[in-house]
Amino acid sequence: MMDARGSPLVLRMSGVTKTFGATRALDDVSFELKRGEVHALLGENGAGKSTMMKILSGAVAPDSGRMEIEGRPYSPSAPLDGFRAGISTVYQELTLAPHLTVEENIMLGREVHSAGWLDRKAMKEKVREALRFVRHPEISADVPVRRLSVGARQIVEIARALMNQSRILVMDEPTSSLSLEDSLRLFEIVRKLKDQDVSVIYISHFLEEVQKVADSFTVLRDGRNVGAGAMEGTGLEKIIQLMVGRAVTQMFPRVEHEVGETVLDLKGLQGARMAAPVSLTLRRGEILGIAGLIGSGRTEMLRTVFGLDRVEGGCVIVSGLEIAEGRPWARIRQGFGLLSEDRQGEGLALGLSVADNMTLSDFGPYLQVGLIRPDRQRRAVERWIGRMGIRTEGPDQKVLSLSGGNQQKVALARLLHQKASILLLDEPTRGIDVVSKAQVYEWMRELAAEGKAVLFVSSYLPELLGICGRIAVFHRGALVESRPASDWDDHSLMSAAAVGRASVVHNEADKERTTG
Amino acid sequence: MIRSRQDRFRKALGILGPFAGLVLVIMIFSLIPEIQARFLRPANFMSVATQSVIVALGALGMTLIIISGGIDLSAASNIALSSVIAAYAINAGVHPLGAILLAVLTGAAVGLANGVLITRLRLIPFIVTLGMMGIARGTAKWIAGEQKIDAPMTWVNELMVRSPRPSWLLVAPGVWGVIILAVVLAVVLRRTVFGRHIFAIGSNEATARLCGIRTGRVKTLVYVVGGLFCGLGGVMEFSRLTVGDPTVAIGLELDIIAAVVIGGGSLSGGEGSILGSMIGVLIMSFLRNGCTMMGWPNYIQEIIIGAIIVVAVTLDRMRHRRD
Repeated sequence: MMDARGSPLVLRMSGVTKTFGATRALDDVSFELKRGEVHALLGENGAGKSTMMKILSGAVAPDSGRMEIEGRPYSPSAPLDGFRAGISTVYQELTLAPHLTVEENIMLGREVHSAGWLDRKAMKEKVREALRFVRHPEISADVPVRRLSVGARQIVEIARALMNQSRILVMDEPTSSLSLEDSLRLFEIVRKLKDQDVSVIYISHFLEEVQKVADSFTVLRDGRNVGAGAMEGTGLEKIIQLMVGRAVTQMFPRVEHEVGETVLDLKGLQGARMAAPVSLTLRRGEILGIAGLIGSGRTEMLRTVFGLDRVEGGCVIVSGLEIAEGRPWARIRQGFGLLSEDRQGEGLALGLSVADNMTLSDFGPYLQVGLIRPDRQRRAVERWIGRMGIRTEGPDQKVLSLSGGNQQKVALARLLHQKASILLLDEPTRGIDVVSKAQVYEWMRELAAEGKAVLFVSSYLPELLGICGRIAVFHRGALVESRPASDWDDHSLMSAAAVGRASVVHNEADKERTTG
Repeated sequence: MIRSRQDRFRKALGILGPFAGLVLVIMIFSLIPEIQARFLRPANFMSVATQSVIVALGALGMTLIIISGGIDLSAASNIALSSVIAAYAINAGVHPLGAILLAVLTGAAVGLANGVLITRLRLIPFIVTLGMMGIARGTAKWIAGEQKIDAPMTWVNELMVRSPRPSWLLVAPGVWGVIILAVVLAVVLRRTVFGRHIFAIGSNEATARLCGIRTGRVKTLVYVVGGLFCGLGGVMEFSRLTVGDPTVAIGLELDIIAAVVIGGGSLSGGEGSILGSMIGVLIMSFLRNGCTMMGWPNYIQEIIIGAIIVVAVTLDRMRHRRD
């Protein structure tokens, strides 16, 4: 991979391993970055990209392995060490202080001053220079950041990172919140940085854009480096293969059963936070998988159906009836149940007991003259605990102290307890152990066999392929394609999610990018 | 199983903590020779109970509000407004029962206004009730013409007497009222769907919405109940003073909030109990009572109560950290 004429290495990571509990996030990973190159770091969600970047920046310490920056050993113990070594990161989530001005944000922590008195003039000059460099001289230094568009904020973030005289700039999904035009300008900035011998580690799920901007690539899969090389001459096909090359295991034995009549029909449904209207149908006994990248609009669609986001157009038809009242309490009565992707922030009230979390959506069975009978509630919850195999001390234990897998079972038990017949599951297996995952799959199959309908959002392709009858793919807010699961494979799903089409042809990928 | 016992122990500690504090306060004052005899007299306990009635009523409603994750800074102004309404009505010849009803409805209306503003305009409770604090106080002064409203004596004025008329009552009717309402509210909080929903909203409002709880409705109702109890507090204030005074109870909302917090209520919601809040009220009343008997100046009381709030919350935080 090292070529003789090539520039010397700026960064070398070798044998880096990191485990969190029982999961091996990084397994003997090596990585090399040359001066002035744009290096794409690719892989599915959870492949270990962010762990690797956290180790590089000093936020996380590796269990073993070595790092060298320009030939000198580098072992950061805190992010400040990474900062001093010339490593800057532009994060996916914006880290600006919304009430401060552009200038204050960019100069935060490196204010120009003499004896504590700010030198406003010098700072303003520096900020202007930085904004000129990132090709956005029109952004005013005196505007509070909260008044800027998301795209402009991203630019400010980049300008701030560049103030650090970085040698290595890490960009984590920099275009996920940018318009096409802003993305193109960003690529120009990246090229300019390259000319100034800055090395860029570029993380993105949008493969066609990676192909455009990167010189070389490294693919991580399940915490291992599974391939690296020069971008030129490597097709997207090859990269996708490296990213997913995992066998679908026996975790998903399929049970054949009848698929019945349509229970949910979305007709051009448009929600307050949805980028495009969506139409789809879901039938009794069906598990419909929804694939797509994070931020592709899947969650927003579920939330609009469930009434958590405002409906702005189109309609939701439930069992042939269009029902006007679409707020969550009404949706629950119509038989809907939503499992939130944010288990700890939304899905569960962590401070409440297992019993209350499980029965929160329906206390009906435990009421006697308006009062809850705690004994009845307890007995019912104990039955559910047994049925779902939840490891807990009992119904009174706070959900906070359960493991992720058991928390998820409590959240799922709630949907079963409220007898939901249309289940909207948003990443139900995220962050839970393999055994719990297998149980979740089994329940989903059982539910479908009982005639319930399941809408299953997941970013993990093998499970979608393994248990869904049909899979629809979202790309940048729109539903691009829906087919029976047997007509999809890892490869076509990944390209539909990343490019917007199931088959990839080189020059056409370019064309689509520019025409939008 | 061991953990479960620990959990139960911790839960018990939640109530035992404030209770131990109360016992400690009473013990300290009863060990001081100068006041020992006077402090321990049953009559003194009765008078402390009577003095606690208004803060206790406010704290009952405030407990619900704080558990739901809210706050009500307008509580004391609401008490003053309701007391003025009671005096005004009786003065105008309304039957005492009608006057009480009017005062309570006034309190509930203020609560309703708070609730609607918070849920419909999506403003934070601190701001809405801070505004309402001024509005209710101003309205009270306006109605009363910036002075006290005298009212003829009626049986309403006997609700807060230290020696109740049928002597078998032992304490003022107002005290019994508080005890009964406290029991009712504790049952509502622990055993009704409304109560569970209040805890759920305070613990995690997003989860509550996800579970089909009509959060806006529940929250509005919580503020209405809070206002209703302030209305009752206003009736007791009028009963005690025998006049309607628009400038009464200034700053009392902080005593009410302090009582709930000392009793284990969490300002971030999801936690609190009626029993705890009532113990919190008693801790503050006994402290005031003891300090007064010692002849200590007011500022000493203020410093002690301030310190107790900080200590109580620190202890509570330590209890939680072990979770």
